Amino acid sequence: MAASKAIMRGPTIIKAEDDKTRQLNKNTLMAFSGEAGDTVQFAEFVQANVQLYSMRNDTELNPAAVANFVRGELARSLRSRSPYTVNLLLGGIDPTTQTPHLYWIDYLASLASVPYAAHGYAQYYCLSLLDKHHNPNIDLEQGMKLLGMCTDELKRRLPIDYKGVLVKIITKDGVKEVDFDNDKIVRSA
Amino acid sequence: MDKIVAQYSRPSYQNVYTEQDQQELTESLPPLSLKFALPPVANVSYSNTNKVIHGLEAGCHELGVSGQSSGGPRSPSSQLWRPELPAERPSAFLRAMTDDHSNPSCPIKLAHGTTTLAFRFQGGIIVCTDSRATAGNWIASQTVKKVIPVSRLSRGEDKPTSEPTPGLLGTMAGGAADCQYWLRYLSQQCTLHEIRHKRRITVAAASKILANLTYSYKGYGLSMGTMLAGVTPQEGPALYYIDSDGTRLPGNLFCVGSGQTFAYGVLDANYRYDLTEQEALALGRRAILAAMHRDAYSGGFINLYHVKEEGWVHHGFDDMNPIFWKTKLESGEFSNVTSEL
Repeated sequence: MAASKAIMRGPTIIKAEDDKTRQLNKNTLMAFSGEAGDTVQFAEFVQANVQLYSMRNDTELNPAAVANFVRGELARSLRSRSPYTVNLLLGGIDPTTQTPHLYWIDYLASLASVPYAAHGYAQYYCLSLLDKHHNPNIDLEQGMKLLGMCTDELKRRLPIDYKGVLVKIITKDGVKEVDFDNDKIVRSA
Repeated sequence: MDKIVAQYSRPSYQNVYTEQDQQELTESLPPLSLKFALPPVANVSYSNTNKVIHGLEAGCHELGVSGQSSGGPRSPSSQLWRPELPAERPSAFLRAMTDDHSNPSCPIKLAHGTTTLAFRFQGGIIVCTDSRATAGNWIASQTVKKVIPVSRLSRGEDKPTSEPTPGLLGTMAGGAADCQYWLRYLSQQCTLHEIRHKRRITVAAASKILANLTYSYKGYGLSMGTMLAGVTPQEGPALYYIDSDGTRLPGNLFCVGSGQTFAYGVLDANYRYDLTEQEALALGRRAILAAMHRDAYSGGFINLYHVKEEGWVHHGFDDMNPIFWKTKLESGEFSNVTSEL
């Protein structure tokens, strides 16, 4: 899972080393984008509630359960006076089946289980690439290569400097941040 | 003699309608209706300002109705609100009628969505397009030919031959009418150039004719994004991008239209100048397929051309659906398309 590191306010980048993800429990991670303020508030609210549930019931929630909880909270807030405007990607490993899951959730509380996903302008450039190069059996190295292709394309065509991406991988042993070469210079054709 | 004069001075048909009959007939016809959903056009200057504002508020239902109800001659004071006429401020009028973005109920929906691409490689230039024409949400056609040959020799004929046809190729994105009309105009100018100078026009010159044209109409609401591709002895393989803003750019690789980002995604990742002909054709086709799959306003058939030194060769106008399923099933791509829940 990768998220850009820049936080923008109007024309200014106010932070270039941001982490736009929150770990919800041992094996689920959520990346978010959207309205400033809403994003972190919502992510930490969800994080706290998932952890509370685990403490009360002495059980780890699987990614599907977390995703549906998140969707439910987002759907509830959508009908309130001030809805959360956040788009989410939620990834995790099911602790019982050891299978990876990825969920795409948008601010209108749509939930979709998908093999690959993106939010924002990145969708327009990356989804066609992922359509072509993704298959469910690739290993980590090929996966990182594919991520490299996506970030290269964003560097080439997006008129925004998103200050590189922060990459985290989720395995059955938990979530870990990995190094990613953000300084590669990409020349367009 | 009188008889002959009478015969020829009378109208040859018997006039069964009196003048009054005719008057009634024309008046009983339904009035020319202008009841589209018109957005308020800013800065309308009329003599009676109050009436204008009133008219704007009352909306379009007033149009053409209240005028007819009073039978007598219209007094100058009872001036009606009318939509701004094209001649007064053409660009504002056009925008009001066609700007889908700011006014979704605009009366004229232009055909906008498209994906077209062209790129240069060692073997010439690949030009590839989809074939869908849309007007708003409506798919107007799935069999549009968006690659237009621009030259005297090949204009208007698109027979499937394996022989290269000399001349340039233009692509069509944006308003279909604007592109068709102005590329035909360009074709005419290129033909005249051939006749006057006894040699084929360069791509640089042809693109400049079009760019100067679009620039001279800047602000009048033209909508076109085209690429011109050709190989000439003076330039070698040349590719230019021209749009209705008046932009003209030479380059190696362009994608134009609503599906451009999807095509760029695939194309950028696999593009090299030293692609073989087969690789280049496959890449062009695959990039368009990616856009047709993800962009709602692109689809239909994949139209593929290769421009070489001797001229352009057509490489098929193929339905995307079998190609999509072949790509998915044989290469394992598009893994998000499943029947699983």
